[in-house]
Amino acid sequence: MATEVSTTPVVAAPRVRTRRPRPVPEGGRVNWGLTIIIAIVSLIVIIPLYFAIAMALKSPAQTSSTGFNFPWPIHWGNFRAAWDLTNTPLAFSMSLLITVIAVAGEIFVSALAAWAIVRNWHHWQFKATFVYLLAALFIPFPVVALPQVKLMASIGLANPFGVAILHIMFALAFNVLLFSAFIRSIPVELEEAARIDGCSTWQTFRKVLLPLLAPISATIGIFAFLQSWNDFMMPQLITANPKYQTLPVVQYLFQDQFTTNLNVAFASYLMALLPTLVAFLIAQRWVVSGIMRGSIK
Amino acid sequence: MTATALPSERTGTAARSRPGALGKVKKIFFPVAPTYLFMIIPAIVLFTFFIIYPAIQGMFWSFTNYVGYGTWHFVGLANYKAAFADPTIRDSYGFTLLFAVVACILTNAVAMAVALALNAKIKWRAGFRTVFFMPLVLSGLVVSYIFSFIIGNSVPIIATAIHFAPLESDILANQHTAWLGIVFVASWVAIPGAIIIFLAGLVSIQPEVYEAASIDGASTWKQFQRMTFPLLFPFFVINTILTFKNFLNVYDICVGLTNGGPGTATTSVAQTIFSGFFTGDYAYQMANAVIFFFITLLFAIFQLGVIRRRGGSL
Repeated sequence: MATEVSTTPVVAAPRVRTRRPRPVPEGGRVNWGLTIIIAIVSLIVIIPLYFAIAMALKSPAQTSSTGFNFPWPIHWGNFRAAWDLTNTPLAFSMSLLITVIAVAGEIFVSALAAWAIVRNWHHWQFKATFVYLLAALFIPFPVVALPQVKLMASIGLANPFGVAILHIMFALAFNVLLFSAFIRSIPVELEEAARIDGCSTWQTFRKVLLPLLAPISATIGIFAFLQSWNDFMMPQLITANPKYQTLPVVQYLFQDQFTTNLNVAFASYLMALLPTLVAFLIAQRWVVSGIMRGSIK
Repeated sequence: MTATALPSERTGTAARSRPGALGKVKKIFFPVAPTYLFMIIPAIVLFTFFIIYPAIQGMFWSFTNYVGYGTWHFVGLANYKAAFADPTIRDSYGFTLLFAVVACILTNAVAMAVALALNAKIKWRAGFRTVFFMPLVLSGLVVSYIFSFIIGNSVPIIATAIHFAPLESDILANQHTAWLGIVFVASWVAIPGAIIIFLAGLVSIQPEVYEAASIDGASTWKQFQRMTFPLLFPFFVINTILTFKNFLNVYDICVGLTNGGPGTATTSVAQTIFSGFFTGDYAYQMANAVIFFFITLLFAIFQLGVIRRRGGSL
């Protein structure tokens, strides 16, 4: 109950903050001591990222023994070399393909299932379906991996599409849980009104429910994005052809070739990390509030 | 009147039942409008086919001597007996549990401290939040590769220069200390998510509570001990559950940092199970997977029990 209340200010606060520069927190002085401590602690996050960037922008001759020296003059050639060596464009497309299917599929499939369950809750069949899904909430991928790999190969899905389908299915239980908690808070009268105006069940879902589900869909979309984009375990095991591997797996496959030129390796790491980092910096507000909503519900 | 006159699809309640046996069968299996069934049946069928069916299949193979192809016969509980006696498997559980517990404590402690600081009256609060959230979106494997170079190469050089003995040699190359490197990197990746959840908790605490406490003369430490921590406890539980579950399945960070080594010192349970593909121990590792499943389930039930007792909602 207490958690229910907490979500509102969390979501609303950043919106106010971005409109005008934030004044010094209400009533008090800035705590400079704490600011210095947190600045020092933040180095634990910043230093590895600086290190990766610095390494990627140096030639082997410029690299000092620790690798921490500042890259000057900047050496851009590593990115070109990494791009050609690891076939980055194809790996990037594969990651993107899996992520797009997983995000869209997770939102669509689980929203439909959750709606059908919540609105037919008085039928035991639907309650049983819900319990059936929840029972699978705690099956981790390693447990079912071995039979799953054989299954996917035998039906011709040992490829990125198969990986995307598995992402959708593994997340189904958790997503239906989140969606159904949210749908229960939507008054059924809205849907009844739409029906009286002549909407079919599909139209009610598309025109009334889906817009109302936007906040929780964003949460599920963000979780789906982070999981499928960064996942290494599943694509590595499911995808049979190394050509169609995702970015993290490609890093793994080329690890041996990188040892000859570490700077190229770091350029490649950086190219794998940058898209999500940039996306995060742009969409930070939604990511943070989305995760808060998802974890508290 | 309107409601009863509408076809069943519109109301979403029970279908018009026809008298007779056929009607009764229909009512049991298709109690609602077909549209709803189209929404849920494909999802359930695919879910059963892709998740439940392999799970049952795997459980079945664990009682056989199947190697992944060819003929097989039942061997009863032999795989399970062997798995319990196998030092490789025992070590992988030892490492994974030790790692998960230590990383879980570290993640929660650091995340709570950072969240408290990020919620206090500090300068550039939004900027610091962005910095601390960044690892959230990074791939664990790639981050591990970056750290494996820093820990293995740069840190020893710096430690030697400043005569800091514990880090003068590569801790990842030592089978007694390699797990500490994995704890560090896994926590580095997991802490931002935990910070976000703690911040959500801190925001929910009303400032009036602190004002009242200050007036009553409570020190900052007393305020944390008596108010902040108890009020944050539900979020602490959520974080423990989420991080612990992820840490038990640790795979990419072990692969990236040490590849399970030195020897098998940092081979996680997941990595051991996957080895069933390459070594022909298919049925044997399925038995391991079933054991792993029950351990995961045990923790889940235990954690849900804790939540229920605390009256929290999840």
